Amino acid sequence: MEIALFLIFGLLAVAGALNLLFQRHPINSALSLVVVMMSLAVLYWSLGAEFLAAAQVIVYAGAVMVLFIFVVMLLNAGEEERSHGSKIAYIAGIPGAAAIFCLLSFVFLSERSHLGATPLGGYLSSAVSNISEISHTLFTSLLLPFEVTSILILVAILGAVVLARKEL
Amino acid sequence: MSHLNNFEIFLLLTIVKIAIVLMITLMAVAYTVLLERKVLGRLQNRWGPSRVGPFGLAQPLVDGLKLFLKEDMMPLAVERPLFVIAPIIALGCALISIAVVPFGAVTLVHGVDLFQIANLNIGLLVILGVTSIGVYGVALSGWSSNSKYSLFGSLRSTAQMISYELALGLSLVGVVLRAQSLSLRDIVASQSAHGAISWNVFGGFQFIAFFIYLMAAYAETNRSPFDLSEAESELVAGYHTEYSSMKFAMFFMAEYANMITVSCVATLLFLGGASSPFGHLFDHVASGIVGTALFSIFWFVAKVFSFLLLYIWVRGTLPRFRYDQLMAFGWKFLLPVAMVNILATALALTYHG
Repeated sequence: MEIALFLIFGLLAVAGALNLLFQRHPINSALSLVVVMMSLAVLYWSLGAEFLAAAQVIVYAGAVMVLFIFVVMLLNAGEEERSHGSKIAYIAGIPGAAAIFCLLSFVFLSERSHLGATPLGGYLSSAVSNISEISHTLFTSLLLPFEVTSILILVAILGAVVLARKEL
Repeated sequence: MSHLNNFEIFLLLTIVKIAIVLMITLMAVAYTVLLERKVLGRLQNRWGPSRVGPFGLAQPLVDGLKLFLKEDMMPLAVERPLFVIAPIIALGCALISIAVVPFGAVTLVHGVDLFQIANLNIGLLVILGVTSIGVYGVALSGWSSNSKYSLFGSLRSTAQMISYELALGLSLVGVVLRAQSLSLRDIVASQSAHGAISWNVFGGFQFIAFFIYLMAAYAETNRSPFDLSEAESELVAGYHTEYSSMKFAMFFMAEYANMITVSCVATLLFLGGASSPFGHLFDHVASGIVGTALFSIFWFVAKVFSFLLLYIWVRGTLPRFRYDQLMAFGWKFLLPVAMVNILATALALTYHG
């Protein structure tokens, strides 16, 4: 059951990501990204991380991507033109991507014992509420990074306000 | 059902539940439209629809037939796939969120809860998430129509929905803090001790959150007095200007389905869901499984119905907001008050709970 979910939504995520690259209209690309986010949410859920899944949908698919689409709508961006691209991209693109892929898979495979593993659907019982577990970890052992991140976001918001003020 | 194993029973019962709930929701949508037209008529000292069937009761069916038979016009300049997908997203999201709503007391048959399609331990977040996906229906319909009225309507509506989603979400935090769970069953159970005095809106001291939720919900569903996304005096009809026939009907149904969902959530979170306002005072009147189940459904429907009436009453009474007033109200009033409410609830729970 879980393996079927994993296959369907894993494929959907990859297909959405490819479609994001191949589409020439920004809105279609943005919508493909929404598909990727939603498929990732289902994958999180099938691993038993239901809070992460809900946060993924609400924050990324529901807020961030809506703003993307909002901006595309407001700027009325048209279809992009097909260009020949730079020579460096032609020469280094595919070998570079292959090298990164090899490096990542090498690291993941060789460090598998340290990374640990989780069975598909292994924690899919309502016995453990992972909201309380996440909040417990966040507000005890990870309190400092959590607060620092929130200050970082606050600074970013203030910066955006200051930048927008000049234009008004 | 002895020759079926547990999974087969679960599957069959779930399919039956989905079919019944979907049918009842769609019928409720149709008759909410009629109710609105009738009540608005009475508020404005006229009859409302009264010709088709007794008291105009067949009006929704005839309206549906009319919309089916109308010509489905698609302007030449629309973005075709998105133009078709937008109403499907809107209606789909409006109908999905009803799946996590528990509309009766817990009634287990072979381990399957009859009065809730899916009991998720993040039920409340699922509703919020599905609502936030529903914004895409509005945004895409306005953009893909390639019309200035549609675009303006959808810009207004999208901005309004995103802004009020914050106030809406924050107003629910107090309730979640009290129930210590995001499961809608648990939230209902946390208010079922002594009837109406243990409901969140009274005994839980969440009445501020309740009013924030109500106002944010009206804005979230694009209803009067916040219906300026379809302000007909300035924008023709807002984001669905270019839609006709069943595509228009899907937006229309989505609006009313959203109204019903929002009323259900208000009932569950603030008015104790399917529990009786008299607590267990009259439990002996309707004893047995059937009696308890019927009574719980009766209370749930009565509460949702009163919210729908309130919606209509507000629409018949209040004038429309201006756009800057709407945004200022949401960001400068509702949001800070919701945050103060969270702080107060958290402090009260720390020192007394």
